[in-house]
Amino acid sequence: MKFRTEPFWWSLFGAGGAISALFLPILLLIFGLAIPLGWIEAPTYARLTAWVAPILVRLLLFAIIALSLFHWAHRFRFTLYEGLQLHHLNKTVAVLCYGTAIVLTLFAGYTLWNF
Amino acid sequence: MIQQDVTISRFYKRKMPILWWTKRRSHIRFIVRELTSLPVAYFAVVLLFLIRALSQGPEAYAAYLATMRLPAMILLHLIAFAGLIFHSITWFNLAPKAMVIKVGKNRVPDTMIILANYLGWIVVSVVIAWFFIS
Repeated sequence: MKFRTEPFWWSLFGAGGAISALFLPILLLIFGLAIPLGWIEAPTYARLTAWVAPILVRLLLFAIIALSLFHWAHRFRFTLYEGLQLHHLNKTVAVLCYGTAIVLTLFAGYTLWNF
Repeated sequence: MIQQDVTISRFYKRKMPILWWTKRRSHIRFIVRELTSLPVAYFAVVLLFLIRALSQGPEAYAAYLATMRLPAMILLHLIAFAGLIFHSITWFNLAPKAMVIKVGKNRVPDTMIILANYLGWIVVSVVIAWFFIS
C-alpha cells in the first residue's frame, strides 16, 4: 500500500534517465561551453527561433525537459532517503521532489505551448 | 520460521551513520552516480530558460548568452558536463539490466544492447552538433 504509485514514478525516472543521457551532454557542451568560450558562433536569434518553432521540436524539447526533471525527482528523493538517512521524512521529501518537477514541467509546457 | 523472518525484517531498522557511504570507494562511486541527477535537473532548467528567453525576444536572448559567458557559469558548466557524461556512461552500461530484449527465443547479449545505446548517443550528438557547426 505504502508505495503503490512507485511503478509510475519509476517509469518516468527510467524514461528521463535515457532521454537525458542521450540529449543533455551535447546540448550542455554547445550552450554551456562551446558558445560561451567562443569555440563556435552563437546562432542568430532568428535562426535559433526558427529551429525551435516546429511543433515536433517543441514536443521533443518538452519531453527532454519534463522527463529529465522527473528523473531527478525520483533519484534525488532516494539519494536523500538513503544517503542522508531521512527515513522519517519520506513523505515530505517525496512531495518536495515530485512537486518541484511538476511545477517546472507545467512552466515548460506553458512556455513551449505559447512559443 | 519464515513468517517470523518476515516479521523481523519489517520492524527491524538498522541505524546507519549519515556518512555511511564515505567508507568505501564503491560507495562513493555509487553516491556520485546518484548525484548526477543534480546536473540533469540543472541543465533541464537552463534549457527551459533558453526557450523562455527566445520567446521573449532578441534582447532576452542576448542577455541569456551574456549570462552564460560569466566565468562562474563556465566553471559550473565544466563540473555539470563531467556529471552528465558520468550519468550517460553509467546509464548506458546498466541498460541491459533494465531491459531484456529477445529475438525469437534468444536473448540479445548485454554487449549488443550497450553498443546500441552508445551508437544512439553518438548519432544524436552528431546530428545536434551538425546544426550548430554548419
